Order: sequence, then C-alpha cells, then structure tokens
Amino acid sequence: MSDTLLPPIGMLAELTHRCPLQCVYCSNPLELLKADKELSTDAWLALFEEAADLGVLQIHLSGGEPTLRPDLEQFVSCLSRRGVYTNLITAGVGIAEGRLERLRDAGLDHLQLSIQGAHAPTTEKIGNHRGAQEKKLEVARKVVELGLPLTINAPIHRHNIEEVPAFIDLALSLGAQRLEIANVQYAGWALLNRNALMPDREAVERQVEIVEEAQWRLQGILAIDFVAPDYFAIYPKPCMGGWARDAFMVAPDGKVLPCHAAGTIPTLHFERFGEASLTDIWAHSEAFNAFRGDDWMLEPCRSCDRKEIDWGGCRCQAMAIAGNAAATDPACIKSPLHSRMASLIGEANAIPSSNAEDFRYRRIGRA
Amino acid sequence: MMESHRQRAIVSDQSRPLLKRYARLQYDPVRSAWALLSPEKVFWPDEVSLDILKLCDGRHTVLQIVAELAGQYDAAGEDIAPDVEEFLQEWSDRFLVTL
Ligand code: SF4
Ligand code: SF4
Repeated sequence: MSDTLLPPIGMLAELTHRCPLQCVYCSNPLELLKADKELSTDAWLALFEEAADLGVLQIHLSGGEPTLRPDLEQFVSCLSRRGVYTNLITAGVGIAEGRLERLRDAGLDHLQLSIQGAHAPTTEKIGNHRGAQEKKLEVARKVVELGLPLTINAPIHRHNIEEVPAFIDLALSLGAQRLEIANVQYAGWALLNRNALMPDREAVERQVEIVEEAQWRLQGILAIDFVAPDYFAIYPKPCMGGWARDAFMVAPDGKVLPCHAAGTIPTLHFERFGEASLTDIWAHSEAFNAFRGDDWMLEPCRSCDRKEIDWGGCRCQAMAIAGNAAATDPACIKSPLHSRMASLIGEANAIPSSNAEDFRYRRIGRA
Repeated sequence: MMESHRQRAIVSDQSRPLLKRYARLQYDPVRSAWALLSPEKVFWPDEVSLDILKLCDGRHTVLQIVAELAGQYDAAGEDIAPDVEEFLQEWSDRFLVTL
C-alpha cells in the first residue's frame, strides 16, 4: 500500500437477516443468520460509537428488515447525537403504528423504501408476500407527511423491467425526492435466481432510453439514479467505490466485511466486532488489505488507465464468474472472460418465461 | 398530471436559498474539513462553495449573498453573480437547497 490509509466515510449495518419478505433478488448471503446470532443492543451501540470516532459520517441501517430490531430508535438517536447521517433502508412491511414518528424524533435523516413492482401483483410475486404493496405505499405517504426525505428503490429485472415508466409515475405521485432504478446485481439470492431474473438486451436498451428521457424531463423535480446492469456493461462499476477504500459493512453477527458479498471469497477470513476493534479491522484486517489500492491487480487492470476509476470492478463478481477474486471483473470488456457475460445472458434468455418463474425464494434455513 | 404540483425551481436574484433540512453542513474533526452530508453522498465543499452554503439560511436573498461574497472576496458583484446562481441552481436541482 503506497497511499496513506484514510478513514472510512460510510458504513452499511445489516442489523438483522430476518425479513417478512422473501425477495428472489435479495443480496443477502444464502446462509442467513437467525435472530440468536445477532449482535446485542449494547454491542451495536458500542460499534456505532467507534465508527463515529473512526470518522464514519454516514450509516445505512439495513437488513433484512431493520425495523424488526426493537432497538432501532436507540441506534438512530446514538448516531444522531454523534452527528452521523442515518439512512434507513426498509421494505416497509410490518412497521408498527407510531414507529416512523419515533424514528424521526430520534433524528433519522433519510428513508429509502424498496418497492418490488410498480403494480401490486409484481411486488407480491417478487417478495412472496400478499398485501405488501398497500403497506409500502402507506409507509411512503407517512414518510412524506412526516417531512422525511424519501427515496424509492426499484430493483429491476426481467419481471418488472417494463414497469420502469410506472415506477417513475409512482415515485412522483408519492412525493419522493429520489428514485433509484437499480438493475439487480447478481450476488446472493439474485445469483441463485439469475436465470429467472436476467432481462433481455432489447428490454435493457428500452429501459436506458426511458430513464435518460425522464432524467432530462424531470430535472429538479425528481432525481433518478440509474444503476446499470453489469452483464450488459462495457466497463464495471467501482464496487463499493473501491475495496476497503471509504466504506465497509457489518453483518448481523458483527462480522466486518469490505462489501456485502465478500463472504463468497473463500480465501478471506473476516473478523467480528468484539474480537477486534473496528479501527484495527479497518487498518489491519487481511481481508481488507487483500484488494486495497492497486498492488494486487493483475493484467489487464494493472496497466489500465481506468484502474483508479473502477478499481478493477467487483471482486465478488470476479470470484463468481472468473473463479479468481483477483481477476479483472468479467463485466469489463478488457477481461478475457467478458464474452462469458453474454453467454450467461443468452443462457438465461433461452429459458421459456413460464419456467423463468421457478423462483427460489429467500428463506432463512435453506437456499 | 401528477407533475402539476411539482415543478423545477429556477433561481432568481430574489430567491432566498435554504439548505434542506436533511442536508447537513458540519465540521468533521477527524478530517479537519467541512462536510455536507446528504442522503446518498458526502460532499467536501471547497472554500467558495462553503461560503455560499453558509449563507443559504433562508433569510439572505441571492442578491444579498452575491453582495456579501463580493465584499469577502473583494470582487465585483456582477462578476460573481453568474457563478453563484449557477451553483445554486445546480444544488437546487440536486435537492440540497430550496430556492
Ligand atoms: S431484498 Fe427483500 S428479502 Fe431481501 S432484505 Fe430486502 S425486502 Fe427483505
Ligand atoms: S481493465 Fe480493469 S481497471 Fe481497466 S477498465 Fe477493465 S476492470 Fe477497470
């Protein structure tokens, strides 16, 4: 490592793996943790205090469904007292009456609500939960009424890619500030369900046009962030903004990881908060240092002028598709395995759509 | 139809820009720098941006902000006005400032 190590800016806290929904695209690991493995209230509070000391400025409270933790208000008020920006990432199902008010009063800064379909049947099918849409819309209205800024997150795949215009209308009608049209990243359960989720190229191209037109038309009215689909890309995304560069995540059991899929890299060992301090893990964990900076890079990344733009892409995607976490992300056109992405799209698209409904729903206890 | 009550705000010299409640300008002692915290991103405003943002208090008009900055930077108001307005329009379009 040639550069001096800077403190992390952001942290994703997966407070729990429990969730009332069973989304087929969920990015959580296949081995979901049960409630008895979760960190205690005090452990999370200690972790948040240390994160603030370390320099973390923004914490995404996520899961699973983070509102299943009854101590969520305590976490928010601790972070708010420390000046850390809090973003709650929720599926908006099962939130008890009065809870959102309490979270706002505790100092919550922002709320991101995932909606699986612009139309109720899609949401019910993807999350395998009857009546989910009404609950989500109710949460969205309440959030806006409370004066909290709202982002709608729409995870996109073959079963809802044609609903993108309807998602835009929905976000506008709900009074959201931002809409994320986020094409599913194939990690966790989404990787398991890849063949059932992969859209076709024409649909992706139509979607890009629709989003670009809407971004232009709605400038200053609704911010639309577009997360492009990796498999159709020319260059990879700078996953996590670079491995262990300015952000990290914590799993429900306190394991500290550079990204949410890092557990799929079998050669890495991750420490748990409590066994080591966050400060120690950030600076000295072997897993964090494994792909930090660019010393670890192989060709073509090593001599590529984009290496500080995308940091060679996603290590977990390199692991999943190239079988080597240090390889160039195959999403990159310069990767010798880039054509593999197109064959994977082809493979998925060859499956008749009736069979494409063969979902493996996300459940604790077995993939 | 749904867009009728939502329109893009356009900056004028009578706008009174106000930093959104959910965009927080705070000094970060770890990095000894001012940070602007927003829903998705942390910004590190440079000195000029910081001076503008500190005046986005909902009381100063754009005209007054320009006059104030012209004084601070010993510059002519009409020279800096376009940059200030462009900055505020951009930050309004990013939903960080209300005009
Ligand atoms: S993606 Fe779906 S199943 Fe996974 S945590 Fe979010 S709401 Fe729950
Ligand atoms: S070769 Fe590596 S660094 Fe260059 S664009 Fe591709 S992934 Fe990025």
